[in-house]
Amino acid sequence: MPRKKSTGSKGSGDAEVAIAEPIEGLPEGLTTGDLVESYTQMLLVRTMDERIWALNRQGKVPIAASCQGHEAAQLGSLLAAQKDGRCFLFPYYRDLGLKMAAGLTPTQVMLSFMGKEGEPYSNARQFPMQGADLDHNIIQISNVVGAGLTQAVGYALACRMQDDDTVVLTYFGDGASSQGEAHEAMNFAGVHRVPVIFICENNHYAISVPQHRQMATDDLASRAQGYGFPGFTVDGMDLIRCYEATREAITHARTQGPVLLEMQVERLMPHTTDDDHLRYRTQEELDAAHQRDPVSNFGAELIARGIITPENSDAIKAEALKAVNEATDAAESAPLPDPSTMWDRVYSE
Amino acid sequence: MAVKNVIEAVREALREEMQRDPKVFIMGEDVGQRGGVFLATQGLIDEFGESRVIDTPLAEASIMGIALGAAFRGMRPIPEVQFSDFIWPAMNQLIGETARACYGSNGVLQVPVVIRVPYGGGIRGGLFHSQNVESIFFHTPGLKVIAPATPYDIKGLLKSAIRDNSPVVFLEHKKTYRLVRGELPEGEYTIPIGQADVKRAGEHITIVSYGLMLHYCLEAAEAVAGEGIDVEVVDLRTLKPLDTETVLNSVKKTGKLLIVHEDNVTGGVGAEIAALVADEAFEYLDGPVRRLCGPDVPTMPFAQTLEDEYMPNTDKIVEALRRQAAY
Repeated sequence: MPRKKSTGSKGSGDAEVAIAEPIEGLPEGLTTGDLVESYTQMLLVRTMDERIWALNRQGKVPIAASCQGHEAAQLGSLLAAQKDGRCFLFPYYRDLGLKMAAGLTPTQVMLSFMGKEGEPYSNARQFPMQGADLDHNIIQISNVVGAGLTQAVGYALACRMQDDDTVVLTYFGDGASSQGEAHEAMNFAGVHRVPVIFICENNHYAISVPQHRQMATDDLASRAQGYGFPGFTVDGMDLIRCYEATREAITHARTQGPVLLEMQVERLMPHTTDDDHLRYRTQEELDAAHQRDPVSNFGAELIARGIITPENSDAIKAEALKAVNEATDAAESAPLPDPSTMWDRVYSE
Repeated sequence: MAVKNVIEAVREALREEMQRDPKVFIMGEDVGQRGGVFLATQGLIDEFGESRVIDTPLAEASIMGIALGAAFRGMRPIPEVQFSDFIWPAMNQLIGETARACYGSNGVLQVPVVIRVPYGGGIRGGLFHSQNVESIFFHTPGLKVIAPATPYDIKGLLKSAIRDNSPVVFLEHKKTYRLVRGELPEGEYTIPIGQADVKRAGEHITIVSYGLMLHYCLEAAEAVAGEGIDVEVVDLRTLKPLDTETVLNSVKKTGKLLIVHEDNVTGGVGAEIAALVADEAFEYLDGPVRRLCGPDVPTMPFAQTLEDEYMPNTDKIVEALRRQAAY
């Protein structure tokens, strides 16, 4: 899918992402080893995501928001952040893949979804993987959409005040883009040239409301122009393109200020385990979306390029299944938080 | 000791804390070159530069959200909301996010944010420049709420708030800014958060109050002293956490309680104090606990007669004290 570019009123030059056509070689900084590693992570995330959904149906996981269809956007941008090594992340509730691949073990993820002792973000006070995972440079306080954007801008502002060259990546959906705080965050970031990248995982649905009922434009990235910084639309189903766009955006953010990246993805599953998307989407539409599945397509591409064999792929899948099975067993036998801890840490201690 | 007014005390506290700790910074509407609409931050941009005294766009939700994010990185932001009436766009960030950040991260995130809020009426501010907002924050676990009444208390408590690692809503009654003067010591001092202050000792009736109303209560106590009514006036200073011990000790001594605040009566701070006393000092009471508070109308209206009708004042407090004394 050709990338569209919306040119900001200033400073857009360095964020030119030269990936208009399918590439032969790999972009700067990327090795075939990285691709295999990303594919391995993708399969682990997908296997986990499917298992969590099944455990919900068994009554063992109260709630889950699937990231199926978003994996390439999340893992591609994360790879760029990890290779840079000086990034901080403010994800949103659908970023299961991002949070998991940032460094959590499958067992930690499963503890989150089952609300067990040892949950890494809040010790199970919050919905799964919501709170803070400072070991992996991640904060997500709530699932009030858009609220994390201004916090991310503040975090980035503080980094600059401390003469620290950290770049902040803040993630949100197309639904959150309607929030007033999305505007406020981008406006402030533009005025103060804050080192922040706004990554919109645009799956074209805010629960059931389609994009054309959310905004009178097809091109969310074009908003950046109004805030005085560059915005780009990226094929969010293509991990390599998401990596490269994010890598260049990090450089731009560090030296010149904010960037808006719209990563166009598909939401392959209902909004959450409590939703039935056939109430508002057709089976034909969903079938077409599945044709663009970023995980299976990436695997097919790696095989076609001769980077892995079908047997390698099967072995990776088997490893993922084993890891998720072990995590499921470990989390199921893990204890619940002690009720007396409910009183702790209302205030800083 | 120099005699200064409340706004000067605020400014001294801000300047001293910014000199002491480079992590402290100010952000808000007109806080820079203008020095704030009440001049609380006058001159600070010259001393500390525009990176530490940040004029923001006119957007309260982002002022609060950006402050919160900066606190996550170890800064100690002091966002200013220009008038309490404008705090509502920031409420999700303040109540939804800031108050829950420490608890919601199991204590991993510290939130050393002080949001300064000029509040209160009696200044012909009408419905949107007079509001009392304290009961909302008083109700919210995770926040601390401070509402001092004198220059000495406001300076000492603002310095403590800035050094605290939990979020603080710091309420400054705007009518006191230039009306109330008092002595400020030259040297460094702080006042602990969560300690009420007995501003006037007495034997017959306890008044619990805070903010502008404290001064009217002291005037009223003086006015009835000649009638043989000896009133003890407790200044809460901090609303949350509430100094229950000082309140209960006073009520146990006097046996009668009048609570005075400008905020609407229903569900206000006074209701909680009445419940506290009913629960823990019932057998010491010699009469009903009464409240003299703002009525349940949406803020004091603009016209002088209507504003006067709303506002508790010294005369109304005197009348309430006589009624309590006669019971």
